[in-house]
Amino acid sequence: MAKLKIEDLDKIMEQKKKTMSLRDGAGRVKITVHMGTCGIAAGARKIMAEVMRCVEEVDASDIIVTTSGCAGFCSREPMMTVEVVEQAPVKYVELDKKKVAKIFDEHVMKGNVVKDYALAIGSEQTL
Amino acid sequence: MSTMPINNVEGKSSVDKESDGYRMHLMLCAGTGCVSSGSYKIKDALERELAKHNLTDEVTVVMTGCNGFCAQGPVMVVKPDEIFYQRLKEKDIPHLVEEHMLKGRPVKELMYTPPAEESVVPKMSDIGFFKKQRLLALRNRGLIDPEVIEEYIARGGYKALAKALAEMKPEEVVREMIASGLRGRGGGGFPTGIKWKTCRETPGEPKYVVCNADEGDPGAYMDRSIIEGDPHSVLEGMIIAAYAIGSSNGYIYIRHEYPLALKRLERAIADAREYGLLGKNIFDRGFDFDVTIHCGAGAFVCGESTALMASMEGRVGEPRAKYIHTVEHGLWDRPTSLNNVETYANVPLIILRGAKWFTSIGTGDVADNPWGGSKGTKVFSLVGKVQNTGLVEVAMGITLREIIFDIGGGIPNGKKFKAVQTGGPSGGVIPENLLDLPVDFDQLTRVGSMMGSGGMIVMDEDDCMVDIARYFIEFLVGESCGKCLPCREGLMQINKMLNDICSGQAQEGVLELLEQTCNMVASCSLCALGGSAPNPVLSTLRYFRDEYEAHVRDKKCPAGLCKDLITYYIDPEKCTGCMLCARNCPQNAIEGEKKKIHKINTDLCIKCGICRDVCNKDAVMVK
Repeated sequence: MAKLKIEDLDKIMEQKKKTMSLRDGAGRVKITVHMGTCGIAAGARKIMAEVMRCVEEVDASDIIVTTSGCAGFCSREPMMTVEVVEQAPVKYVELDKKKVAKIFDEHVMKGNVVKDYALAIGSEQTL
Repeated sequence: MSTMPINNVEGKSSVDKESDGYRMHLMLCAGTGCVSSGSYKIKDALERELAKHNLTDEVTVVMTGCNGFCAQGPVMVVKPDEIFYQRLKEKDIPHLVEEHMLKGRPVKELMYTPPAEESVVPKMSDIGFFKKQRLLALRNRGLIDPEVIEEYIARGGYKALAKALAEMKPEEVVREMIASGLRGRGGGGFPTGIKWKTCRETPGEPKYVVCNADEGDPGAYMDRSIIEGDPHSVLEGMIIAAYAIGSSNGYIYIRHEYPLALKRLERAIADAREYGLLGKNIFDRGFDFDVTIHCGAGAFVCGESTALMASMEGRVGEPRAKYIHTVEHGLWDRPTSLNNVETYANVPLIILRGAKWFTSIGTGDVADNPWGGSKGTKVFSLVGKVQNTGLVEVAMGITLREIIFDIGGGIPNGKKFKAVQTGGPSGGVIPENLLDLPVDFDQLTRVGSMMGSGGMIVMDEDDCMVDIARYFIEFLVGESCGKCLPCREGLMQINKMLNDICSGQAQEGVLELLEQTCNMVASCSLCALGGSAPNPVLSTLRYFRDEYEAHVRDKKCPAGLCKDLITYYIDPEKCTGCMLCARNCPQNAIEGEKKKIHKINTDLCIKCGICRDVCNKDAVMVK
């Protein structure tokens, strides 16, 4: 990493959007596991391990797995967000390994939202 | 093709079409997500095209807050048609303006169609918990990987720093902060801009910038969550502060009980250094600044500014008298600006979007007086007897009722709301009749509580207010540093009186003595910790005096919680003789045969309440 100039901020923004925003990038699905202290205490590490296992099993290269902080709804952790390209993100709550496997098969692979485990679609309002 | 229902944008900018003469409003999202996908370019293009068609008097473009569908951004809602356009690109605009705004034919290709599958899953904006929140300090929560600096940058991060360094003089940054009316989020509510101004103008080199991340209130975790989820927002705020006051050394005081926050902060600092955002000659503007982490051992008192600085200097973490200001004589006796984590997280937004925007959120008027209102938002950790426990960020001025019932989902198990405790252990409780109180710094102080750092503990009818007061005083007795007598001895005495009241041993007149002692501690203590410590007692006495009196006079605990004042018994009308309670009693204190009415032997009973929990006939009673 080289020292940044002010102009570089926009360049990084453009480049990074490729992995953050599915529409500009190579990914087809982005899975975000919410790993704040609350999430981890509720078992987010196991959820992450299960997601990784699922991805490995199907040997997919178009699935982006990433982490983020607390999503705010601490009483419903562990949580994860699944965003399929061209679709609004879906937040899943109170996860366990079994639910993750089902969400992976249904939503990530086949594109069907698993209504029973979903909290909501869309993102939060910011600013 | 169906369009998005309008409730996705409700509450943000309901436009009264008649009042301003425009026949059409283009509500274009200016949330971070949409801005980074180019909504300002769209705005320019729209205005250009509208001018071309001579529509500027009829159609106006309104920049709104984030409407939640960041993934589809830039998004725009056309009112009054209520048509939702998504993923607008500059090249679409001429066609869109000509077709829809001029000829009145909505452009189907650019509309959003909810996939059929998803329509049954509620939208984020339909869920009470999310709907009423306004995310500023938590703007990146759940959206970025906190360990990847580029993701912060991709959401507009470090742009405010670039703006400050390239376009603003330090004095202008200070002026902008004063105009924003931002007040310290650690609880004191001191205007941040004024603090920076004083620090800047005080002679003495070097100057220091300190971030107080010693969050120690039981049940509060706002700062931890901000650092864990978005550490760079805090760093960026600190760098801007340093530029404003003329400092090149910063410290973050964080407790070692926050290992994840610490790890992410270390990573963030390392990455910022790699990119030259910390270090020498930042953005080639001749400004140097670097940050060091200081790990605290976890003493509550070290969250007090002077105790915190003493601890950083290697001395015992004890506060000193308040009349020596830390902006003048702070760390190593140098001018120091100490701000809270959440305060810093707000700074980049104020610089980037301007004080005017910031003052549009919140209460009061800060145009001439920074104390004249509470601007922006506040993050609360909403815990206790509430359905939706979690971290919520709301605009100042929202009512307690909205926070607890609309966002928090109300009290679980159909119980009745009793009180809410705000401001951490030294805050106060607020009863039901004040639920419609708008939440801001001054209103909370007025009713005997305080904003504090933002803990919010909800209590229901099963909570005994005397016991609550006792719990907090016990915590504070343990955390009092012991330097000054009123706090050290006074709190001990208060604690003893409360213990007596809860165990039924208090004499008549104890409440008056209790009040007197509380007032003494509040007025004579050296620091704010002691000064505010009696708040839980004073506020419960103020609003729930009858409960205290029941304990003292009748030796009864109305909530049925204080063990020495209650007796468990079995209601013979309800008991079916199922033996469930008898089998579960750890003391074997329940007598009775199968299908015969059971009885609790009060000599053996330890009042653990297990019998009441297991009974499915609700036959176990407390009096």
